[in-house]
Amino acid sequence: MSFIYQSVYEVQEFTLLSFRAVTNLFRKPRYLQDTLQQMDIIGVGSLVIIVLTGFFTGAVLALQSANSLKAFGAVNLTGQLVSLSLIKELGPVLTALMLAGRVGSGIASELGSMVVTEQISAMRALGTDPTKKLVTPRMIATTTMAPLLTVMADLFGLVGGWIVSFYALRLNTELFWTTAIRSLDYNYALEGLIKPIVFGFIVGMVGCYFGLRTTGGTQGVGRSTTQAVVTASILVIVADFFLTKIVLELRP
Amino acid sequence: MSAIRFENVSKSYDGQIVLQNFSMVVQTAETKVILGGTGSGKSTVLKMVAGLVKPDSGQVLVEDEDITDLTENELQPIRRKIGFVFQEGALFDSLSVKENVAYRLRENGVRNEKEIDEIVREVLGFVGLEDAIAKMPAELSGGMKRRVAIARALVGHPRILLYDEPTAGLDPITSRAICELIIKLRDLERVSSIFVTHDLKSAYTMASEFAVLGPHGEATFVSENDRFCLINTRFLMLKEGKVLFEGPDETLRSVKEEYIQEFLS
Ligand SMILES: Nc1ncnc2c1ncn2[C@@H]1O[C@H](COP(=O)(O)OP(=O)(O)OP(=O)(O)O)[C@@H](O)[C@H]1O
Ligand SMILES: [Mg+2]
Repeated sequence: MSFIYQSVYEVQEFTLLSFRAVTNLFRKPRYLQDTLQQMDIIGVGSLVIIVLTGFFTGAVLALQSANSLKAFGAVNLTGQLVSLSLIKELGPVLTALMLAGRVGSGIASELGSMVVTEQISAMRALGTDPTKKLVTPRMIATTTMAPLLTVMADLFGLVGGWIVSFYALRLNTELFWTTAIRSLDYNYALEGLIKPIVFGFIVGMVGCYFGLRTTGGTQGVGRSTTQAVVTASILVIVADFFLTKIVLELRP
Repeated sequence: MSAIRFENVSKSYDGQIVLQNFSMVVQTAETKVILGGTGSGKSTVLKMVAGLVKPDSGQVLVEDEDITDLTENELQPIRRKIGFVFQEGALFDSLSVKENVAYRLRENGVRNEKEIDEIVREVLGFVGLEDAIAKMPAELSGGMKRRVAIARALVGHPRILLYDEPTAGLDPITSRAICELIIKLRDLERVSSIFVTHDLKSAYTMASEFAVLGPHGEATFVSENDRFCLINTRFLMLKEGKVLFEGPDETLRSVKEEYIQEFLS
């Protein structure tokens, strides 16, 4: 029973914090400097791992799908399969999972250390609302950077897929790119952008939430960090399912 | 008008009682020295004054305004009057010493870099740390961190100062300098304060010396004597969430309570 109570309580607290973070957008003071700094740390800082993730995902997709498509004599469609799986699913989800690991944990451990060293209390005592100075900038940064990073992952994924198709599978370059691009329509692109926006929000807010509710010294910081990564990853995958379902329902 | 007033404040964490029916008054320009063993609730008292921790019952008043039920937003103007020196310093470790000290100025919308620089240098001068202005907190020794924390609390001329063990772990000369600073603020600027400490020497310095302005406007320190007894510093002894003693230092030393005698010896 206390487990249920605890879960409901946590969901409520998380929702309240998210609500505050969003409404802070319309309230002064706004910390532009902190927001830009977070965008830099989160966006530019994650670029390399995202590019690598995207590249090799695209490459392995090409290998696997060519193998399966061969059975139907449809190897020509490799480009299309790679681009669809990447842009609709794997690009957004893998980017979000990498961000949960790198950025979610970073946010949780940074805010967690600030809690246990009383820096958050000091901030409040000096008249700052930590949700404005710490949470909202991180939320903005993850929500805006996730879609951009996803686009990078998609792009390098396609390049990876093409390289495999060309050098390993001996597929025609032009064929690869025309099928890859022809299969993209407006709806897919939209799906591929809405997902990372939601995922980015989840990663940022979960990191902030677990960071800020840290208790119990250095050990507590470690615990919060782990919880943030695990929770963010699971939420991303669950949200992916529901978003896909919604998009499929809405599609004419 | 009293600066700080606690009325029957109780507080417990997860069933463990920290404060029980705790009441006290700090008058304007008075310094209250709070003594007590570790875990007796001293830091909790300070946090309640700044509204960082809410009492379970009872009232906390700051300059006669009841802050017990104020929201974070409503607490802003109250916190503006208060300077808080945290026990471990609580410096922002992502900011340089200069930015730590300048934090409140920037929060209050001061944008003039020259003005900020002047104020930061001035308060760092009070604690003898002008040279550390460009350092990061990680590069400072424990004592230096604590002094930067004091400097940060002094910015903006708060009328109330809360010191949580400001002299712990400092050498006698630096402790003395910190005490003189606090005495000057008390006597010359009429700042009200709470001074939490384990350091009896500093506590007695606080209670037995006062600052007067010399002929050239410089502060000099005079010890109280038989004819003159300092009344603006009083002691309060906490034990297990209750007040064990309240009064001037002269009385404290003559109390026949076993715990107090042990604490003082
Ligand atoms: N956030 C918290 N959660 C749970 N218990 C707490 C919390 N803060 C303080 N306590 C408990 O409250 C009691 C009083 O703590 P407080 O920090 O006020 O003591 P203190 O008198 O300042 O001690 P010290 O001299 O060691 O600094 C301690 O027993 C501590 O364990
Ligand atoms: Mg303490």
